[in-house]
Amino acid sequence: MTPISLTPFDLAAASLLIVVDGLLSVVLGLGLHKQIVVAASRMVIQLLLVGYILKSVFALASPALTLAVLVVMALSAAREVAVRPERRLSRGGNLLIGTISVFVATSLTSMLALLTAIRPEPILDARYVIPLTGIIMGSVLNAASLSMDSLLDAAVQRAAAIEAQLCLGIRFKTAMGPLLRQALRRGMVPIINQMAAAGLVTLPGTMTGQILAGLDPVEAVKYQILLMFLLGGSSGIAALVTTLLTMRWLTDDRERLRLDRLKSHK
Amino acid sequence: MVGQDVLFAAQIVDRHGGQASLALRSGSCLAITGASGSGKSTLLRRLADLDPYEGQIHLAGREARTYAPCKWRSSVVYCPAEPAWWAETVAAHFVEYPGDLADRLGLSPDLAGRTAERCSTGERQRLALLRALSRKPAVLLLDEPTAALDPESTAKVEGLLRDNLTAGLGIILVTHDSALADRLGDCRLVLTAAGLQPA
Repeated sequence: MTPISLTPFDLAAASLLIVVDGLLSVVLGLGLHKQIVVAASRMVIQLLLVGYILKSVFALASPALTLAVLVVMALSAAREVAVRPERRLSRGGNLLIGTISVFVATSLTSMLALLTAIRPEPILDARYVIPLTGIIMGSVLNAASLSMDSLLDAAVQRAAAIEAQLCLGIRFKTAMGPLLRQALRRGMVPIINQMAAAGLVTLPGTMTGQILAGLDPVEAVKYQILLMFLLGGSSGIAALVTTLLTMRWLTDDRERLRLDRLKSHK
Repeated sequence: MVGQDVLFAAQIVDRHGGQASLALRSGSCLAITGASGSGKSTLLRRLADLDPYEGQIHLAGREARTYAPCKWRSSVVYCPAEPAWWAETVAAHFVEYPGDLADRLGLSPDLAGRTAERCSTGERQRLALLRALSRKPAVLLLDEPTAALDPESTAKVEGLLRDNLTAGLGIILVTHDSALADRLGDCRLVLTAAGLQPA
């Protein structure tokens, strides 16, 4: 089965749905029409750009270029991790923690998949590495940003209770334990929900794309299962690395709660 | 019985850039008064090593930074003016709930099973004092320990503190209540922009 190629007319027909959204916004006074137009335009331009870049990268088949693309993707994901939480650590803490989390979680899970399940030849074949890493990074940045947001917010909200424990000689890591577990849960719940709903409530995007592109549904499902395992693992690693590093940032060698290391709330 | 120096703090830089030095003997109470915002609570927080500080603090002749942080804070226990709570029930904040002492302070036995939010401000203040004493500290840093109490409860708290002083506890008491400072304090200091001065 060959994939059905989409023409510009096909895309234009589907884009009418976005026009309907815009009209709804105008008629109902939602004030969203400008955002809808900007978001839809950005999406089209970004995806077209990525499509052409990937086409060139695939054609060049250069491991160095593939690595460069991966680094740019990772830095973009790290930036997203840094800016999504409502609160900011001083001295670029959000960005540094986001960068470490994204690199550790993505590289560990990507390497596992590339070395065991997918095994492309060469190992840095852009056609496999870039899409795989990209989808993992999406999950990693969600888990990392949610857990960082949760921990920073809880540390501020519950500062008095944490210090009350420190005052009695309780260790910082013990006082922070409930906050740490809450942050880990918040980081991991989205992927757990996604796994539980896969196939019943939603047909995951990768699987849908592969089926539309002509792949046998059972083969598409196998890929989707592999991806779900990778996303689950990478989310857990990202949430753990992020919360541990964020917790470390909020204290010092005397186990104080250092909220002065947070920038003032925007 | 007043003993040897248990806590000694030298040139602790206060929030106004001035310097505070003090010496506390075991079994004695050092009462500190001063205007609101003069930095009394900040000084207590620094003595408890909750905030970074410049200067030196010694406990029983050893510099604070040579103690593990948890060891320091279980020896020099800070009891803030507005105590905070973290566990489900009042009793869960104690290794062993001191029912007899709670009774002595006029606290109802059923408080142990309540959430702290369901206790009155005065009850919470007395429970926080018991929580701090349950750690058996060498030094207790008290910030307005009777601010929310009626005269009868204040007298009970004073009685308990006196017994602990007799047993060798050193207390640094921060208060706006001059009468309380006079009654409990073996030595009275006032914190001003120029630092700690004799009252």
